[in-house]
Amino acid sequence: MTVGIISKIHPVRSHSNAAQGGINAALNPDDSWESHAYDTVKGSDYLGDQDAIAVMCSEAPEEILHLEHLGVTFHRNEEGLLGTRAFGGASAARTYYVADITGQAILHVLYEQMLKYDDKIDRYEEWFTVALAIDENGRCNGAVMRNIRDGVIELFRAKTVILATGGSGQIYKPTTNALVCTADGQAMAYRAGAALMDMEMIQYHPTTLLGNGLLITEGARGEGAHLYNAAGERFMEKYAPNKLELASRDVVSRAEQTEINEGRGFPDGSVHLDVTVVPKKRIHEALREIVMVGRDFAGIDITKDPIPIRPGQHYIMGGIKTDVDGLTDIPGLYAAGEVACVSVHGGNRLGANSLLDTLIFGKRSGHHAAGVAKSMNMPKISAKQVDDVRDEINAIMARSASDGRRVSEIKAELGETMNDKVAVYRDEEGLNSALEVVKRLQEEAKTAYIDDRGTIFNQDVLGAIELGYMLDIAETIVMGAIERKESRGAQFRTDYPERNDEEWLKHIDIKLKDGTPTIEYSPVTITQWQPQERTY
Amino acid sequence: MPNYVLNIRRFSPESGEPAHWEKFEVEMEGHRPVLDAILHARNTEDGSIGIRCSCQAAICGSCGVRINGNPALACNTLLRDAVATAKDGATIDIEPMGNMPVIKDLIVDMDAVHWKKVQRVVPWLIPAGEPPEREYVVPHEAMVDVTQTMACIHCGVCVSDCLSMEVDPEFVGPAAHAKAYRFVGDPRDAATETRLRDLAEDPHGLYDCTHCFKCVEVCPKGVSPMNQIMRLRRRATGDFKIKDANNGYRHEKAFVSIIEKWGTLHEAKLLPDSYGEGIFGKLNPEAQKQLIASAPTAVRGVLSGKVPPLKVIHHHKLPDQKKIKDIYKKIHGRDDRIELNLYIVGEDADALAAESAPAEAAATAADGGES
Repeated sequence: MTVGIISKIHPVRSHSNAAQGGINAALNPDDSWESHAYDTVKGSDYLGDQDAIAVMCSEAPEEILHLEHLGVTFHRNEEGLLGTRAFGGASAARTYYVADITGQAILHVLYEQMLKYDDKIDRYEEWFTVALAIDENGRCNGAVMRNIRDGVIELFRAKTVILATGGSGQIYKPTTNALVCTADGQAMAYRAGAALMDMEMIQYHPTTLLGNGLLITEGARGEGAHLYNAAGERFMEKYAPNKLELASRDVVSRAEQTEINEGRGFPDGSVHLDVTVVPKKRIHEALREIVMVGRDFAGIDITKDPIPIRPGQHYIMGGIKTDVDGLTDIPGLYAAGEVACVSVHGGNRLGANSLLDTLIFGKRSGHHAAGVAKSMNMPKISAKQVDDVRDEINAIMARSASDGRRVSEIKAELGETMNDKVAVYRDEEGLNSALEVVKRLQEEAKTAYIDDRGTIFNQDVLGAIELGYMLDIAETIVMGAIERKESRGAQFRTDYPERNDEEWLKHIDIKLKDGTPTIEYSPVTITQWQPQERTY
Repeated sequence: MPNYVLNIRRFSPESGEPAHWEKFEVEMEGHRPVLDAILHARNTEDGSIGIRCSCQAAICGSCGVRINGNPALACNTLLRDAVATAKDGATIDIEPMGNMPVIKDLIVDMDAVHWKKVQRVVPWLIPAGEPPEREYVVPHEAMVDVTQTMACIHCGVCVSDCLSMEVDPEFVGPAAHAKAYRFVGDPRDAATETRLRDLAEDPHGLYDCTHCFKCVEVCPKGVSPMNQIMRLRRRATGDFKIKDANNGYRHEKAFVSIIEKWGTLHEAKLLPDSYGEGIFGKLNPEAQKQLIASAPTAVRGVLSGKVPPLKVIHHHKLPDQKKIKDIYKKIHGRDDRIELNLYIVGEDADALAAESAPAEAAATAADGGES
């Protein structure tokens, strides 16, 4: 059996780099996985599936130790043991971290391991996945790729396929997400018939830099930073009297947006994050990246000045519906990480639970997929799909400026529309108009043109394919948000401001049936934690 | 809104045309990054402009380019700063990084150079035996220390303008050496001596760095690759007495003992002391070849006046020998080497304030000796 890793960018460029603050696990003797699980359930506003959350939280401690043994440079406490920092929505300090580059450190150490096992893992770096290969029985047997370096299109056969393509933040503008987060995996699985779940649940991170929307880690608040409005009030006292700045993200983002909307923000539309209360020595060793972000992107010294911030699109709780082994609706196809929805985050993800989700369910997917692969022969597969993909790409390249709009224009309009209408506060009128825009853009995308007709590193044509991915997924996000007529987690409907467990304690699944997006429901798994009123 | 002129180095291998410059005008606020301007040109004028980019936050390491001849990330270089270094005061030149083959426009082949060198340093943790039941117990400071090299985003900016690599393409280079320190500085790694010996004995390794500071100056993440190379050297020589292929160990020892004895650098003694044990001492056989190869340097030194003939014979001792002895005594009396690390001591200004005065004086003395 062999393993191939295919990535449209070099793996160390991946967006897991951007996870700054840390990774949660109940590893301390006085902590318990049940406590971690309860915090996660409550954070999810009871939409998370409790069986899956139990799997994630109970396996978390072992995973941290595994990473530590592989070489992740987790920071220590004064005794030389793994150190922790506080994080939002958590009842104990259980976030393990490497300064504020935790994701980068984990990603780089895992890449070190790939280099170590260079002879066992085939790496296809800078190969773009255009479609999944599905056979006549509906099984996933591989994928069709374009080698970005030379434009060659190849069909990769595989006994099992795991999607780990990350999120969809580029649907929004601005976003904390990298340019590569274009919903590729979600769209390919959705087109192949897999169900998407919880798509309406879009996380706005409470602290993104005003202007360009760069992420300022929740670790800053974990280390003690405060939020202030223009009147100098520490406004979280009103919204979350117990947890203050460390309430869960949906709560803090809504509080900030309310302050801004009601005229208590600064004239530039921000509120302030004040890190100066954290000792300078601690800032340098634990929040180094944020010092650099402040210096390079905002022109401020965060050890002396407050940071102008606002809520910004950050994460999609929804994704391809999977079981706890990462298996999707499509045999042979797995998904793990932000691309997937197990669902462990439900309506709102806790900070430092995303790296954990990725690692736990990535590992489980790998084990399950390997087990299946060992028991079967390499499937035969038709080469027709290669021709389809080649035709599709040639058709994009053949379009001219007289046919329609630029791909980049359509992407910009999509991003602005989503950020305007499908954000922290939503209502039916805004959502309906967003759906209209998305549908119009889907039509316009069919004739959108590009400039580059080359084969070597043609990033332009990839952009056109990514736009298609994003528009399909944007439609499901808006549909889910229209469908859910209540306020829960990250979905706040001003026209339905209350949580309604009686009617809406259920997942919204969206599936493509005969080319039409179709809504279905699935139950939320509740084991030991009954829904309660949620306060912080 | 101000207007910026980008002058982008274009190259498409398919076109059959040679590389050339192409100008794009972009209207944009000066606090926006150069990458935004490049993407604006790509989105509105020419979608074929090739540049790798992703996070736009200086964390993914994709968008290393040369801006006005200096290597940098396009995403964290602001337009107003870029125009300030423009050769004609107005046009921002953007070209691909150096020392690596160009694939298209601003995209270079990092696999052929950078990643090959990273693989060269055995870039994974090699612990002794089976892992413990819980975590490895290691000092807090050690993990904070290696975080500086973990912070490397492999953007290639230091590789682009590494002088040693330009002369010796086989040089392991700044980023890969920083990666090596990430393991040498990690108390969990059990292969420290092997790693150091490997890099010291490689003629393209540790002692192939010419100490030019370029990588320290251009690194967008404060990794200070050259400083990591110097720390590797100190570990190799100080802790393991490793005699390297390039004679760096003896060269350094010669510096230290000459300054200790004379107070200033006795240029005429440096070369012979580096290769043997003084002019009249026994010549180290391994070093003979290099000494002979260095003969022109010695002759040039005399001819250029850097080492006047009289000084070859007579070198003044600094008058206050006690002060020098005190500096050496203080440094030798320390249990640990004091290492500069941004994560531990903060910015340069903080670092200077944190350093005690005698340590500073010692640093100055050593630096002076090398100039």
